[in-house]
Amino acid sequence: MSILHTVNKSTFERNSLESCFKFATDGASVLLFEDGVYAALKGSGAESQMKTALDRLSIYVLGPDFKARGFKEDRLIEGIKVVDYAGFVDLAAENDKVQAWL
Amino acid sequence: MSEVVKKFLYLNRKAPYGTIYAWESLEVVLIGAAFDQEVSLMFVDDGVYQLVKGQDTSGIGMKNFSPTYRTLGDYEVKNIYVDQDSLASRGLTHDDLVQIAWEDWESGEERENIVEVVDSARVTELMEESDVIFSF
Repeated sequence: MSILHTVNKSTFERNSLESCFKFATDGASVLLFEDGVYAALKGSGAESQMKTALDRLSIYVLGPDFKARGFKEDRLIEGIKVVDYAGFVDLAAENDKVQAWL
Repeated sequence: MSEVVKKFLYLNRKAPYGTIYAWESLEVVLIGAAFDQEVSLMFVDDGVYQLVKGQDTSGIGMKNFSPTYRTLGDYEVKNIYVDQDSLASRGLTHDDLVQIAWEDWESGEERENIVEVVDSARVTELMEESDVIFSF
């Protein structure tokens, strides 16, 4: 049973991402969007947590949200993939269910 | 009419776009400019994301209000402070932030950039010094 986890809150303000990583099973997909994208930025305090998660999870960031907040793709932590809205839909369709970490 | 000038400090702690706080704060600052007070803005925690340059909201269907920050110097906002620790823990530096110029029309005094990165002791001091703090 595959799950797409979505995180749309800043990891510096809430523990949504932390809980997501805690409960997601190996091989699951995690999509960061809205304020969740800040966790994908290289050099932040969340980077080590993100790198550990990347060893066992597929992590995606919604490109338009990352760009809206002033960042280009070269600021992403290595291993995080960028998707557009169509990619978001594909991820939702490919997985059996979507779990939102609000 | 002579009036008492108070020190107003707008404290911003939320990222833009995800919630309405950043936009609301900016609106209040612009409206408040009409009251001839001494206005400073402080950006702490996720609030520092508001000043990141190069924001492009064309892909998310929301208004990009970040260019408005660059006009704050024309709205009597004299000081803009950013907490150093908040920047660093988010992987950001002063170079990631917009520059905001300031000019006094009467004296001709000019400052190229009023965005100042300060340490946490200075943040505390500025809060202590202000008469009124508006939190967003």
